Amino acid sequence: MLEIKDLHVKVGEKPILKGINIQVQPGEIHAIMGPNGSGKSTLGNIISGRGGYEITDGTIYFEGKDIHEDLPEQRARNGIFLAFQYPVEIPGVTNIYMLKAALNAKRRAQGLDEIDAMDFITLVKDKLKALKMDESLLYRDINSGFSGGEKKRNEILQMAILEPKLAILDETDSGLDIDALRTVSDGINALRSPKRAMILVTHYQRLLDYIKPDFVHVLSKGKIIKSGDHSLALELEKSGYEWINDETTQSS
Amino acid sequence: MANDNQQLDDMLSQEYEHGFITDIETDTIPPGLDETVIGMISHKKNEPEFMLQWRLQAYQHWLTMKEPHWAQHHFKPIDYQEISYYSAPKLDKDRPKSLDEVDPELLATYAKLGIPLKEQEMLAGVAVDAVFDSVSVATTFKGKLSELGIIFCSFSEAVQEHPELIKQYLGTVVPYTDNFFATLNSAVFTDGSFVYIPKGVRCPMELSTYFRINAASTGQFERTLIIADEGSYVSYLEGCTAPMRDENQLHAAVVELIALKDAQIKYSTVQNWYPGDKDGKGGIYNFVTKRGDCRGSNSKISWTQVETGSAITWKYPSVVLQGDNSVGEFYSVAVTNNMQQADTGTKMYHLGNNTSSTVISKGISAGRSQNSYRGLIKVAKNAKNARNYTQCDSLLMGDQCGAHTFPYIEAKNASSHLEHEATTSKISEDQLFYLLQRGLSSEDAISMVVNGFCKRVLKELPMEFAVEAQKLLGISLEGSIG
Repeated sequence: MLEIKDLHVKVGEKPILKGINIQVQPGEIHAIMGPNGSGKSTLGNIISGRGGYEITDGTIYFEGKDIHEDLPEQRARNGIFLAFQYPVEIPGVTNIYMLKAALNAKRRAQGLDEIDAMDFITLVKDKLKALKMDESLLYRDINSGFSGGEKKRNEILQMAILEPKLAILDETDSGLDIDALRTVSDGINALRSPKRAMILVTHYQRLLDYIKPDFVHVLSKGKIIKSGDHSLALELEKSGYEWINDETTQSS
Repeated sequence: MANDNQQLDDMLSQEYEHGFITDIETDTIPPGLDETVIGMISHKKNEPEFMLQWRLQAYQHWLTMKEPHWAQHHFKPIDYQEISYYSAPKLDKDRPKSLDEVDPELLATYAKLGIPLKEQEMLAGVAVDAVFDSVSVATTFKGKLSELGIIFCSFSEAVQEHPELIKQYLGTVVPYTDNFFATLNSAVFTDGSFVYIPKGVRCPMELSTYFRINAASTGQFERTLIIADEGSYVSYLEGCTAPMRDENQLHAAVVELIALKDAQIKYSTVQNWYPGDKDGKGGIYNFVTKRGDCRGSNSKISWTQVETGSAITWKYPSVVLQGDNSVGEFYSVAVTNNMQQADTGTKMYHLGNNTSSTVISKGISAGRSQNSYRGLIKVAKNAKNARNYTQCDSLLMGDQCGAHTFPYIEAKNASSHLEHEATTSKISEDQLFYLLQRGLSSEDAISMVVNGFCKRVLKELPMEFAVEAQKLLGISLEGSIG
């Protein structure tokens, strides 16, 4: 579904990613772990088409198609979803208004009619319940005055409604207390499907206690320096990122 | 980034949507201005002597005045002899009694603008007094309104049918000596709207006028007079858009509102005249004088405007708060893109006791445009307990535009409470990317952020107008993020 080959990316003159290779198949969950500044968020941004980065080498294929020239909105409509580390506040625009506009943008791209208003409300309310979100959040301005937990749940709500093929969750666990983490994780797990792939970008292993990844990749200084299964995450938790750095330095 | 810019440039270069010209024969006086021309206008309109005299006095006074250039504007001096001061569709003698009699091409023009009159009548319950060039061609819902004693007609008709009201109120808010453009208007105005709401009557529908400038080089000099008698209420909508033209077109309208004791007037405008092309060529000069007079106690006048069009906007809808406990409001969204220049704001004159005013201004600048808020809050010496709250927010899109705020406060009474808040912000890439990532197009994303920014003002607009205004904001700003 997603195939990244030898991806090199820089911002201005500064190289951020230095040869990333990753393959994600439908149904898989990949965790990307790594210390701060390792390029984790860049990877999410570059897959979703954010401006400000320059790809100097390598390719990104999504569903067999080179997407590096696609606009962010095209990628979104084709099924790539990014749950933001810092969901953005948009004053004066209600959550439900944006949700509906986003869903309809996607439906139009698929050649479907816009969703009926009543069907939409029913759909949203079901998803809200699953995420234990208060209905009033729908009518508040997007992320404005939301608590950290509410913002992250709001991201998952959007994901639930847009039903992406590939979801990239950027530090979705950061800033959550244990209860919120459980709710958000339940929400994400409920969206697991053999057709949907997820990339969890995280600093800590604790999210992975709730969402079991199929693969764990460790990113450091713009490269994936180690890949493995869930046990890699547990090892990291115990020994810290220094362990990997030391190990790779020694072996090289 | 480079990608974004390209895409935005493409959208930025989108041509004015309403730029087309309707082919209707017009009955036009040749360009030029002197007493003979004024006499011809007055004669064509079959005006009573007092009107002609008033026009001539204004003209004489105008000759002593100079074109003002104190605002943040740059334009070449206008040659007033190049302008034709009268132009009317050639249906003058037998004016249509109903829409069925209206020139189909004219109706088609409105349809292109998305304002099919018939549908509007039925769906929105809006009485439309459509001004095409300078003469009103269709007035609807008259019967229903006249049952309530409401007069809603073209200004020319009011001069014929209700000269006593014209004589009593014309020029009492904006005198013919007021300012260069208002004085010119007083001399040469051709038509406009007239509204009178009798004592204690609440006008049951929104009254609306769609303006449209059409014939080439025809200055439009509208004159609108609205009188709300004691205890009455009226909501009036004004909306306009113009076809594409190469020359600059002068528009110098005057609007006078009079609210007597316990009366309320709500006046809403959506203005979308041709702003000129990317380099500022063409486009309307919109030099308008709008003023309301809260003449009686407990009266209220509220201005709401969404200004997206015109090459130059020079406009300060104001309220004179004469009556005790009277209330003045000004809600404004002004959008400038490309080379547009807007200098707009309000003046609140607190004269009576316990008067209050609210000013909410949202300025959005994009492209290489300049957008200024200019406001005056004046409290007279004897005006006790005046209150004002002013909030001016500016949103910048890109780094070549300018936003300016000129708030003036003159308070001569120590019991007044005046508050002023101002913010300037840039539309954030983060906000746009967030919405793009959810699948919205960049037009929709910009439109959404901007509409959110303007929400406080837009919600003051009547429902059907608010929808139109939201669309306009999106269209006006397409591609202005780089």
